[in-house]
Amino acid sequence: MDLTDPRWRDGRTRLGLAAGAALLALVTVGPWIAGEAAGTVRLDHMLEGPGPAGLLGTDELGRDILARVVVASRLTLGLGLVATLLGASVGVLVGALPAVTPPWVGRLIATLTNLALAFPTLLLTLFVAAILGAGAQSALLAIALAIAPIFARLTHTLAAGVGGADYVTAARALGARPLTILARHVLPNIAGPLVVTAVMAMGGAVVVLSGLSFLGLGVQAPAYDWGGLLNHALGRVWTDPAPALAPAAAIVFTGLALSLAGEAASILLGLSPVRRRPPPAARQAPASSLLSAGGLLDIGGLDVEVADARGAPLRIVKDVSFSLRAGERVAIVGESGSGKSMTVLAAAGLLDGRATASAALATFGAAPLLGARATADERRLGGEMPVIFQDPLAAFNPLLPVGVPLVEVGMRHGGLSRPAARARAAERLGEVGLIDAARRLTQPPHAFSGGMLQRAMIATALMAEPRLIIADEPTTALDVTVQRQVLERLGAACDETGAGLLLISHDLAVVAETCERVLVMYAGRLVEDLPVADLVSGPAHPYTRALLDCLLGPDADRGKPLPVLEGRPPRPEEEIAGCAFAPRCAFADARCRIETPQLAVIGARRVACWRPLQVRRAA
Amino acid sequence: MDRLRFLLRRVGRFAVSLFALFALTFLLVHFVPGDPVRASLGLLAPQELVEARRQELGLDRPLPEQFARHVAALARGDLGTSLSVRRPVSEVIAERLPATLALAGGAMLIVVLAGTGLGLAAAAVGAGGRRPGADMAFNATSGLLTSTPEFVTAVALTSLFAVALSWAPVAGRGGAASYVLPTLALALGPAAALARVVRTEGLRVLEEDYMRAARARRLSAWRLYAVHALPNCLTAALTVSGLILGGLVAGTVLVENVFAWPGLGSAIVTAITQKDYPLTQGVILVLGALVLLINFGVDVLITWLDPRSALARH
Repeated sequence: MDLTDPRWRDGRTRLGLAAGAALLALVTVGPWIAGEAAGTVRLDHMLEGPGPAGLLGTDELGRDILARVVVASRLTLGLGLVATLLGASVGVLVGALPAVTPPWVGRLIATLTNLALAFPTLLLTLFVAAILGAGAQSALLAIALAIAPIFARLTHTLAAGVGGADYVTAARALGARPLTILARHVLPNIAGPLVVTAVMAMGGAVVVLSGLSFLGLGVQAPAYDWGGLLNHALGRVWTDPAPALAPAAAIVFTGLALSLAGEAASILLGLSPVRRRPPPAARQAPASSLLSAGGLLDIGGLDVEVADARGAPLRIVKDVSFSLRAGERVAIVGESGSGKSMTVLAAAGLLDGRATASAALATFGAAPLLGARATADERRLGGEMPVIFQDPLAAFNPLLPVGVPLVEVGMRHGGLSRPAARARAAERLGEVGLIDAARRLTQPPHAFSGGMLQRAMIATALMAEPRLIIADEPTTALDVTVQRQVLERLGAACDETGAGLLLISHDLAVVAETCERVLVMYAGRLVEDLPVADLVSGPAHPYTRALLDCLLGPDADRGKPLPVLEGRPPRPEEEIAGCAFAPRCAFADARCRIETPQLAVIGARRVACWRPLQVRRAA
Repeated sequence: MDRLRFLLRRVGRFAVSLFALFALTFLLVHFVPGDPVRASLGLLAPQELVEARRQELGLDRPLPEQFARHVAALARGDLGTSLSVRRPVSEVIAERLPATLALAGGAMLIVVLAGTGLGLAAAAVGAGGRRPGADMAFNATSGLLTSTPEFVTAVALTSLFAVALSWAPVAGRGGAASYVLPTLALALGPAAALARVVRTEGLRVLEEDYMRAARARRLSAWRLYAVHALPNCLTAALTVSGLILGGLVAGTVLVENVFAWPGLGSAIVTAITQKDYPLTQGVILVLGALVLLINFGVDVLITWLDPRSALARH
């Protein structure tokens, strides 16, 4: 038992174990302490309210009610436990039967189990109670019978899952008999979920038993359980509520404690995931290199952190600064995991709760992008900075017609009435090349191909007046044949509206055709920012060079295999000293491995490298 | 076409379940160990009376014939005669069913509206673990309510609002005020259970790409949550609603007994203690049919709202 295991450290495990222990103490020690007070008849203290004769009052024979509630825990929980064990045993047997019987028996059992599960436990219990009459034994049997179908179905489902496992197949091939397989291989492997369910079912059994006794159908006087005590106290609730509240609280506590204990068992057995701690709050923005302002989009010193599996913060975007002029088309390139998507989502203010962004500067026009925004700014962003996502099928709401986003943008940001927005939506869909656009607007997304949906997303971007279109790998999820079409559409959309473009891609060929400037990212940092023209003539950062070589081949010799960049980028949790690319870089020296290079301006570009490559002037 | 076939299959399942329920309630009296008529009339009843009652109940005939008569009687709306009050069971049920339906219907409305609304709100507030405090408060409150059985809620509500504060009547069915406590007692637990499911589903939905796309369009909170998120949570909410609302129907039995509500629930307890088998059979049949009807209705609703996922589940 390793107490440092995160399963033991999870708060829910501790809470569940504590609640279970408290319940156990109540049943074992409680009656031993309170037994005498619960049984002593004191005719001079009949029906008293809370006072010296009883903390919660006395009953019609002067007996201490609190003591009686404590003593009743043994009968209540005992009956609940026996009913659960009985019901679980019957259920497991019935549920395991299909493994050893002909298939039609299995189907019959499954049908009957499902039928029984359609009815609430209490109704089944009332049915059995009607047959057997009122009393503790019949209540116990009734609850056991009502619980059994739950275990029958669970066993059936779990056994079917295990039945296909390799070791069961192997045992069968070795000639083991079905019963042996069941006892040796199947049941031990499904014991965990059964135990967890049993703990939780016992909570339910106690509640139903209390309900039956409360109705007068369960435990009969002179024996008493919590339901009986509650029923008894109800008669005087308008003069004295205290005697009713004690058994009520006991029933609720038991139900809660057993459900918490079940959850703890589930975590300890590895059936439920350990809860992750929430991510840390945003930190103070770091001192940043080379802030520039006055563009359309200005980002300075952007950091993004996410929480790892243990809840520790991971910095996945580090001190990124860039600026876009109005109408400028800029690409962000890098391998997957380089932080390019996170950078752009943070810039668009669209990170979800698990990631936190901080920046010294983040503005679009005059609107701040991080933190609180005025409503007017917020609304401007929706029309002026549309976002096109990677997977078009996932980006359309599966339950709403494709036209909904278009009409929404037209109405909210384009200032149109609903009919006008519909008309413009049909027009825009037609412009991006969808035939029969008015009818297409009302169809669900699964009636479209990926390429058509991506064009519909471009049409959505054109519904108001876009000033900067953000596109996160817009063609990655698409068929190769339609990738070019979609990119051309995107370029045309920028031409027509004069909007700028921030395109994420890992395809330098696409970038070279579509954009004017390239931002290269590696391991969460911006390593080079250069005009597209310089990309071909000669990048300054060895990483950009390597990316380019992968695309073109060093001599563009088609006979040789394409060069592959050796090694892998560092994982976000790795501590990096110096330049993150140094381990893969052919030019790295001692300084590269110690000191992190900052972006420095060289001509029309910015490079973060201690040993930038010779920049050849374009011929 | 698939949708139609799916619906037909659901109708078939509904019919089979109803038949099984009917057969079980018919057999109830035959499962009773010993002589049910003697048990019902008591040890001191004269033998002639026992024989007469046995004949009246048709218990002297062969089982298949009894079943056939039972089916024929049901087709006429005849559920037999109550042994304790000596009136037709159908009459007793017709008199008490409206009270139960009003109670259960009101509670279901609260469960569905409050459960989905609060669940989605909790998801929106707590998305991404931004407000651990609010999350913890929601989990603790809803967890406590979910594990509090309806009869305990009923007793707690009575002692607080009816006795201590005198805001509502203690018991009985009268004006609108008499509905407040029984309906709440019945609805609170199931509403909390549904809210927990909707919150979990909502947290999943809010992380979907289409929700991020909707946030990129900077929609109003109403459009974002009610138009885009809610429909995607509904299938899961409905699926558990069948179970939760079925349990609520059974819960009326307990709540009616706390508030002396003149419905089927208070009738069945008396019937069971007095061994009034025809009345017990009749009430179990009606309550059971109500549960099956709810499950069927939920299935149809899911198919209608979200045909793809309903068919995929199948």
